Amino acid sequence: MNEMNASMPETPTTAGPTLDGRVPDGDIATKWENHKFSMKLVNPNNKRKFEVIVVGTGLAGASAAASLGELGYRVKAFTYHDSPRRAHSIAAQGGINGAKNYTNDGDSVHRLFYDTVKGGDYRSREANVHRLAEVSVNIIDQATAQGVPFARDYGGLLDNRSFGGAQVSRTFYARGQTGQQLLVGAYSALMRQVGAGSVELHTRSEMLKVVVKDGRACGIIVRDLLSGEVTSHSAHAVVLATGGYGNVYFLSTNAMMCNVTAAWRAHREGAFFANPCFTQIHPTCIPVSDDFQSKLTLMSESLRNDGRIWVPEGFDDNRSAAEIPEAERDYYLERKYPAFGNLVPRDVASRNAKTVCDESRGVGPLKNGVYLDFAAAIARDGAEAISAKYGNLFDMYQRITGENPYEQPMRIYPAIHYTMGGLWVDYNLMTTIPSLYAIGEANFSDHGANRLGASALMQGLADGYFVLPYTIGDNLADMLGQQAVPTDDPVFTNAVADVQNEQQRWLSINGTHSVDYYHRELGRIVWDYIGMARSKVGLEKALSEIPTLREEFQTNVRVLGSAKTLNQSLEKAGRVADFFELAELMARDALEREESAGGHFREEHQTDDGEAQRDDENFSHVAAWEWNGVGTAQTRHREELTFENVALSQRSYK
Amino acid sequence: MSSGHSETINVTLKVWRQEGPNENGGFEVHQQTISTDASFLEMLDQLNEQLNEVGTEPLAFESDCREGICGTCGVMINGRAHGPQTATATCQLHMREFHDGDEIVVEPFRAAGFPVIRDLAVDRSPLDRIIESGGYISVNTGAASDANLTPVPKAAADMAFDAAACIGCGACVAACPNSAAQLFTSAKIGHLGLLPQGQAERWSRTENMVETMEEFFGSCTNHGECSAACPKEISLDFIAFMNRDYVKAKIKNRALAGQH
Repeated sequence: MNEMNASMPETPTTAGPTLDGRVPDGDIATKWENHKFSMKLVNPNNKRKFEVIVVGTGLAGASAAASLGELGYRVKAFTYHDSPRRAHSIAAQGGINGAKNYTNDGDSVHRLFYDTVKGGDYRSREANVHRLAEVSVNIIDQATAQGVPFARDYGGLLDNRSFGGAQVSRTFYARGQTGQQLLVGAYSALMRQVGAGSVELHTRSEMLKVVVKDGRACGIIVRDLLSGEVTSHSAHAVVLATGGYGNVYFLSTNAMMCNVTAAWRAHREGAFFANPCFTQIHPTCIPVSDDFQSKLTLMSESLRNDGRIWVPEGFDDNRSAAEIPEAERDYYLERKYPAFGNLVPRDVASRNAKTVCDESRGVGPLKNGVYLDFAAAIARDGAEAISAKYGNLFDMYQRITGENPYEQPMRIYPAIHYTMGGLWVDYNLMTTIPSLYAIGEANFSDHGANRLGASALMQGLADGYFVLPYTIGDNLADMLGQQAVPTDDPVFTNAVADVQNEQQRWLSINGTHSVDYYHRELGRIVWDYIGMARSKVGLEKALSEIPTLREEFQTNVRVLGSAKTLNQSLEKAGRVADFFELAELMARDALEREESAGGHFREEHQTDDGEAQRDDENFSHVAAWEWNGVGTAQTRHREELTFENVALSQRSYK
Repeated sequence: MSSGHSETINVTLKVWRQEGPNENGGFEVHQQTISTDASFLEMLDQLNEQLNEVGTEPLAFESDCREGICGTCGVMINGRAHGPQTATATCQLHMREFHDGDEIVVEPFRAAGFPVIRDLAVDRSPLDRIIESGGYISVNTGAASDANLTPVPKAAADMAFDAAACIGCGACVAACPNSAAQLFTSAKIGHLGLLPQGQAERWSRTENMVETMEEFFGSCTNHGECSAACPKEISLDFIAFMNRDYVKAKIKNRALAGQH
């Protein structure tokens, strides 16, 4: 298909050929099994002849590097952290889904698959989601065997809880630190391989370029963050496990260093970037308190199991929560969605919070939050029981706000939390550049337009432990007998020079404002126009404001110091430059997607009662963007999505 | 803990500056005016903005999640690792813990095993070497049996979790007068040694990890400063657990037990 649909708006965007996700034929339930059989294998003795680079050591990267090392491949793992254990996967609080049906409440692989496709508002690839649900059970087994201390009941068996968007209890958890425990599990598996010599670990090393020769990824360029040395690393395949791009908003729940750089630089070398406008707002974060704020803090979604969300019924109510009688409180989620109540999916909960705050019914000193109230749960179960479940979260809330959530309701507001968009990958998780893979949050494929709670950990580990280690062999098998491109090849030496020049350019500008200043300003534009609600007018505004600010950034930023030492401003300059380019593409993508779906809410496309209105006829596809050089419009490719196993319907949680 | 009312305070910062691992360092003094709602690290962000504005290189300090879980942050504040608030990593410390007019001394973690990289950033990679030497359960991907096959008594699981809560920040080492890493090492040995899954490698793990630890860090003389500084309040009991297991590992007839 070379032409855009006739109903598309007129834009300078050009449309490219349709993309093929290379999904295997056959019944959804047996596709993965059959595919595993039909893929080519690399025999155990030949695996040591292949070098694989893994960039990023979060859940996806650490699990992939460890598993590939166990299989016998020669692996090089890179992280910009001082230790693989720091990756932001560690901050996930609530849990990980697994279709074990240990609770006997009717869960199954098919139900997890169904919930995930529906929760993603029908914009994910069915076959990938089914595979994810299938391997979810293996992840729980693997993590438990590694010693991940999941919560247990008094019989010593694993405990589960329920999460938003599901009516069964399938979420495994480790207090409020599930991400930490799973990451430490993957990290320990990785360190075991480092000790065994099968994985060479490079810490404090930032990937700044993907190197491509004859259309195939053959290595990366890396800057040592302590010495500033820029080095080349070659391999038969490169795996990017570098997370999401939520920090384009400046304020998000992402860690300070999270960035899009590795994915974006792969994009600049030819890897298509899919659905950048699909970003997720997490409904339960601590509201912004002042201008000095450096990041936002998430309060686990699991709190919605026991907390009741409400705002005053009246407008501009200045009374404290305690002074507002029961009859004058609006438990708006319970009122509007009686079936799911406070457990509606994240996008629905977030939009409703925005609506009530926009109506001047917000609470707190800046009127920028809603209450999450535990009074009823404490009266029902006792403060001790609530403390056992959420004690660490309550303590964290109190440390940050100075308010005691046992005595007064928490104040929460949505914040950017996760990005569903990312590098386009086929069923084998390979990008449009052969031999370049993207796994975990860095790819786009499994969550559609909205990710369900407790599914990010699941996907990161699914890709790293159970998908990539199989699919990568299918590609490597064809390269048997080929040496990796030597690092003195001009493709490497030229790339090293490019990176060194880039570093010097930042240091030579010597303008007036810091990198953070421009990042904050960019974040304001992105939040205002490509945030929880988007409109044509706003997106066009973003498209005019971002390039202007970018131009100023490129000519007026001040980066002090040298490229030969630890220089945190210099590191950040490159990351913010990539955010600028990404932000523009997000706006373009959001503008082209003339529908509302999941986290992408276009004000022009809503139902009479304000719910997201999809346009399946024209937008049941993935938009994958091709880089055409700086200042040139990107080409919009589409991958058609077909739904053979889940009937498309208007999502309803009423 | 205050009542949640914010105010603006003035503090005098004495911060450690050191250009590189082999350079001499010294204190710099800066005045800061800051809201008590700000976090300690947001105050350092503000200082860095001001430094950049006047053409002085910003202060190097490390942080990432700013939620107290990744273990990246950590400085000595008035001589205490992670500062005055108990069970709180540096990034979770807020300015409401300080008063108008306070002098705040900020230094890097001081330990022989943690050389200074620059300003407040130190090298904690020896902690990874300890994990690499045995801080895992050897189970290849795909080799696991069903997760509910082996019940784990809830009490054991809970205690294992208490140890597993370690964030690897290194505050225990920085707080210890001997720069010892017993609390860090024993947290991992306790976590895995308390679980049925960890039994097969229990003795070899303990021996390898303890001996690797001793290559980098000092000896424990039971001061207990480590546990007092720990943002996750990991108990000294795990050090006792480790010491007991280490002795057992040494005296066991490990050949008979199949451990070499």
